[in-house]
Amino acid sequence: MSDAALLQVRDLTATFWGAGTALRVVNGVSFDIARGEAVGFVGESGSGKSITARAIMRLAPEGSSIAWGGSIRFGGQDLLTLDERAMRDVRGRRIAMVFQDPMASLNPVMTVGAQIDDVLRGHAGLSRRAARRRTIELLDQVGIRQPALRADDHPHQFSGGMRQRVLIAIAMSCQPDLLIADEPTTALDVTVQAQILRLLLRLRRELGMALMLITHDFSVIAGMVERVHVMHAGTIVESGAVDALFAAPRHAYTRALLDAVPRIGTGA
Amino acid sequence: MSDAPRRRTRGQALLAAGGVLLAVLLAIVLIGPLLAPYGAAKTSADSLAGPSALHWLGTDSIGRDVLSRLIIGGRITLLISFVAVAIALVAGLILGLVSGYVGGGTDLIIMRLLDVVFAFPVFLLAIAVVASLGPTVRNLIITIAIVYTPALARVVRGPVLSVKRWDHVEAARSVGIGELTIAVRHVLPLVISPVLVQTSLTLSNTIFTVTALSFLGLGPPPPDPNWGSMLAEARQFMELAPLTVIGPAAAIVLASLTFVVLANGLREMLDVAGR
Repeated sequence: MSDAALLQVRDLTATFWGAGTALRVVNGVSFDIARGEAVGFVGESGSGKSITARAIMRLAPEGSSIAWGGSIRFGGQDLLTLDERAMRDVRGRRIAMVFQDPMASLNPVMTVGAQIDDVLRGHAGLSRRAARRRTIELLDQVGIRQPALRADDHPHQFSGGMRQRVLIAIAMSCQPDLLIADEPTTALDVTVQAQILRLLLRLRRELGMALMLITHDFSVIAGMVERVHVMHAGTIVESGAVDALFAAPRHAYTRALLDAVPRIGTGA
Repeated sequence: MSDAPRRRTRGQALLAAGGVLLAVLLAIVLIGPLLAPYGAAKTSADSLAGPSALHWLGTDSIGRDVLSRLIIGGRITLLISFVAVAIALVAGLILGLVSGYVGGGTDLIIMRLLDVVFAFPVFLLAIAVVASLGPTVRNLIITIAIVYTPALARVVRGPVLSVKRWDHVEAARSVGIGELTIAVRHVLPLVISPVLVQTSLTLSNTIFTVTALSFLGLGPPPPDPNWGSMLAEARQFMELAPLTVIGPAAAIVLASLTFVVLANGLREMLDVAGR
């Protein structure tokens, strides 16, 4: 299993430094993600799941000072010790990320097409025209109608769900091996949530990429992933196949999270 | 937000008024010598004459046409101001962006160095620099650019500090876009509106500074006219020919006012358009 793993995280720690004190927010997290596998991370806000994702991208929140520990093996390299230049090459091309707030994650003064073009031109070295052709393909692929026209629109001309589609298109642009989706549906309407999840599912199947889906909501996980890690207070408290975990949660915190999903009627 | 439509109307009116004035100033800079009825040094027998059909604003102490000298002299005054502010703007953008975006020790060093310049009264510093370099057009431009760079750099730096923490910056970083590209394409365009306003205000101040330096004899050397030196020459005859003083004085005020009006118009429009 570990030989085949695409991503191998061992004893990951994350420590924030501020005002002379250290705050450990991720405390010895270990897990594998196999090629093409979908893995869910569930936990309440502050449980360390987003910081774990940021460790893989090595993106410290701007203006904070953070120290990483442990190792993150990906494609034969330890991402935590890679130099910044090599890391930039990993970001977007090998590992991409979709963020929580689609309203804020696009540059408001650039057309969405230009924002996708930039990534393609930077990573794939495409010419301006080739990049635009591919951009239109990508927009079409994520379900944006009249992609050739919409590519020249600015983000404010798109709805929240459409913007999340654009962000997914950006993340998919260089066909990464691993897509990290950090609460990709939290900021969206319930009906749009389902569409975005279906889109992620479809793209994952079509492109055969691995998916790391982070959420606080168990209902998002069902049907999306094979395995789940439940995080609490900076550690993984329970892991397992998604069905088994739903049927028989062993850890009290997992049960509490499952109970937090609102249900209509009596249901399971 | 309830006053947005009113502010928009106000902004449009101010921009229209500023635009007309700016067009006059640009005409003076671009095709001034063609507009002037006489040459700058062309004398007539009639000195210190009042307004007439031949000389709309009269003549000065040695019989030169005041209107022609205003137009030709305005050209150099405005040209110095425009070029100097353009340099200050570029320097301010670079320094402010680097300082705000990179942060840390770089920020500290750049801002403290700018504070040193900023701490001097603008005019005192300008006199000191021009006096030591010598009063040529080039030195005047360098001086003005130096004294106005810190204010522009600060106006750039402030919003950069906040915009660099916005989500779209992190999103851009997460797809492997380089820091320089992020700074220039994803941060700079979002801080440009306060910079436009400040640039316009700086132009207004610069016109005063240039003319004041020229008035003190630290401007472009004679015999070429400029608004400051015209004022200085005409001062002794102001009881005899008030227009020789009023002309350049009004020109200075109007030129300076142009950019204050434009700045206010821009501010109204950009505040409304901004998020």
